[in-house]
Amino acid sequence: MEFFVAQLLTGLANASSLFLVACGLSLIFGVTRIVNFAHGSLYMLGAYIGYTLMQNLPGAVGFWGSILLAGIAVGIIGVLVEVLVLRPVYRAPELFQLVATFGVILVIQDLTLIIWGPEDLLGPRAPGLRGVYRIMGEPIPKYDIVLLVITPFIALALWYLITQTRVGVLVRAATQDREMVGALGVNQAVLFTGVFALGSALAGLGGALQLPKGGADLLMDFHILAPVFVVVVIGGMGSLPGAYLAAVIISVLNVFGVTYLPQSTLVLMFVVMVVVLMIRPYGLFGREEVAGEHGQVGEPELPIKPASNSVRMIVMAGLALLALLPVFGSSFAMVLTTDILIFCLFAASLHFLLGLGGLVSFGHAAYYGGGAYIAALLVTHANSPMEIAFLLAPLGAGLAALAIGWVCLRLTGVYFAMLTLAFAQLLWSLVFQWGSVTGGDDGLVNIWPSDWLNSTTAYFYFALLFSVGGILVLRHVAHSPFGYALRAARDSKRQAESTGINTQKVQLLAFGFAGFMGGLAGTLFVFSKGSVFPNELEIARSFDALIVVFLGGVKTLAGGVAGAAFFKGVEDLLTRFEYWRLVMGLLIIFVVIVAPQGIVGSIRKAAIRLNILKQGGQT
Amino acid sequence: MSVVLETKGLTKAFGGLVAVDDVSFQLQKGELLALIGPNGAGKSTCFNMLMGQLPPTSGEVFLGGERINGLSPRQIWRRGVGRTFQITATYSSMTVIENVQMALLSHHGDVFKFLPFAHKLYREEAMALLDMVGMAEQADRHCAVLAYGDLKRMELSIALAHDPQLLLMDEPTAGMAPKERVALMELTARIVEDRGVSVLFTEHDMDVVFAHSHRIMVLNRGALIAEGDASEIRNSPLVQEVYLGGGTLFDAEEDAHA
Repeated sequence: MEFFVAQLLTGLANASSLFLVACGLSLIFGVTRIVNFAHGSLYMLGAYIGYTLMQNLPGAVGFWGSILLAGIAVGIIGVLVEVLVLRPVYRAPELFQLVATFGVILVIQDLTLIIWGPEDLLGPRAPGLRGVYRIMGEPIPKYDIVLLVITPFIALALWYLITQTRVGVLVRAATQDREMVGALGVNQAVLFTGVFALGSALAGLGGALQLPKGGADLLMDFHILAPVFVVVVIGGMGSLPGAYLAAVIISVLNVFGVTYLPQSTLVLMFVVMVVVLMIRPYGLFGREEVAGEHGQVGEPELPIKPASNSVRMIVMAGLALLALLPVFGSSFAMVLTTDILIFCLFAASLHFLLGLGGLVSFGHAAYYGGGAYIAALLVTHANSPMEIAFLLAPLGAGLAALAIGWVCLRLTGVYFAMLTLAFAQLLWSLVFQWGSVTGGDDGLVNIWPSDWLNSTTAYFYFALLFSVGGILVLRHVAHSPFGYALRAARDSKRQAESTGINTQKVQLLAFGFAGFMGGLAGTLFVFSKGSVFPNELEIARSFDALIVVFLGGVKTLAGGVAGAAFFKGVEDLLTRFEYWRLVMGLLIIFVVIVAPQGIVGSIRKAAIRLNILKQGGQT
Repeated sequence: MSVVLETKGLTKAFGGLVAVDDVSFQLQKGELLALIGPNGAGKSTCFNMLMGQLPPTSGEVFLGGERINGLSPRQIWRRGVGRTFQITATYSSMTVIENVQMALLSHHGDVFKFLPFAHKLYREEAMALLDMVGMAEQADRHCAVLAYGDLKRMELSIALAHDPQLLLMDEPTAGMAPKERVALMELTARIVEDRGVSVLFTEHDMDVVFAHSHRIMVLNRGALIAEGDASEIRNSPLVQEVYLGGGTLFDAEEDAHA
């Protein structure tokens, strides 16, 4: 019993910064509709800035003052991000802004590295709160008790701000109907910036507040991201009480998980999220999304046409050139090109879902990494020859996608996206923690192709065949009746359903098909590298694909492949330099701002304007 | 004459509010039947029940003698019911003819085919349908750039794609210019005559209603209060009260008459 209470208290204390960060994310999403991936980075900055301040400000006043100042500083950084990066792209297609926030993640990562160095920082203890209290005989750190007590007050203050003040009224009104608030004469730009500043400040506060417990390190941005999204989604987007309750549930669960089921701590959180969303599709306190909010906004997409003969000739020529690579290129060039080709297939499979189906999957790495792991597991545990593994792995990934899709397709909009992310994380944590089978963090190694493919050149041709083949199949399906039905379901579910099209079935099958193709990419990957590690299933991998699809152009058929080829190529060039993330992040932000239709989309638009391309068709 | 559509005691209650109250009517083959009534009378609710979007609280719907309530919109469409929407629902990323082809693909059971090029399938059939509504010249235009009236005509050709026996049109002329309204209803009337389709439509424009419908039903507060041809409806004191006397005083006046 005593132990139980102690655990509960620790859980409640841990909920504190999680709640603050989640609140910020929830507020920002509610008002601006931006899924702010950079929220974890703001939290990290809060920790680092707080650390530096605490080094320089003495005593208890200095400690608490530092936390407050860190929050304010991060709030100001939030304003900078909003004004410089996000404001130029508010008019871009839905969700495009999240790509910009991803660029911000990269920039902040490297800036932090430059300023504070690579070492983990041990957080200072709070002055006067170094010891423990004994509660029912169990030692509880004094700082935990303080956190536990002040969090409800912060929550209450926020609740007061949101429900009782004029600012709060505006924020809630904007959450429900931004256009109406604008029509009533509220300056939206100021409102958005203000909310972004508040949300960022909360993230910074959260980061500084957890310093005595967790310190600061360069991985904390991504580490907090998953739990924060889980909390926001479980609580219900835009709900403060929901966020608090969910933060408590997740933190307490985590503490008990560590004690009783240490192998499952990571999985547990996502299991809870899946269960909650199955029962309450909009989170514990969330409300149903207003229909159409996440539909197609901005300019309608152009009709598609199969590539003209001239385009086909160009593609054929390009492929012929690629096929000649072993003749004139180095073996390094071949390895690089193999990487790019595989990534292109991965991106194309996501583009099929995202572009044609309008189904925003945040967890596409589940099928890519899933395919890779299925192949590796078959080879490692069943001694399966490469050919069999190569056949079964994409099928397995496709089946997994069907199962996951079946659950996720009950939801729409951002909840759908979050659930796909949860499933990907579920797989990741399974692989990470089930070390005896999957090798855990050490991954699975010695997954080499059969002898006839064992040379770099042979595998290059193999990868070329299957990547390009896969991409062409995806493209062809876009032009088939099935691809049309998928677009019909996206454009108008109402019309599709009342002309006999089973949209649910169409979308589910598309999910499975995209999963299969993602799995194929993963399988190609594992045999090209000879090993696989859990990071192929990570959030970051899912985001990679998401980012290039958006940057390439969601509303163009070639967008996914073009974006993937361009950015994978650039990345391979940049990673040789020390601060490549900074450059990559700035490049992403730059592309987002100058080409809000994506690379292909913006080039096409320019071509139409210059009368090079006839209006009305797309390739 | 055979009965195409029949409802018996169709009722829909949302909590305590009875939106559609014990509505029974028959629609004959080749008939153009109008359902009119003031805002909030229950027309759209009635339509949604006929099309399978809403399950009735009680009562039944028969299509050609077969009970269809409880079926999904998809199943009802498969039994030969086409519909157009009050606010057009179109595939904005496709061309005009592709919108029609999509309905034909569904009708022919080709939705789950991966191999053929969709834009090559049933093109002639689709063109004939577009020609019927006078949209053939615009077949290859991007439907997102069409004028609203043209979209409505396109939607009509989609609704006719599977050669339905019954057409349900929810305010077919809403949002159109007066000239276009008359043209669209003339077109509909002609199609009814040529193809022997039966049509049930709701409408606010009385010119359209009186000019083209064979029979008119008036719905008020969920209940059918009058039924008859144009002159009967025009001269019905009850209908005049509903439209001219104002709904708020309706109860009091009804009491006075009683």
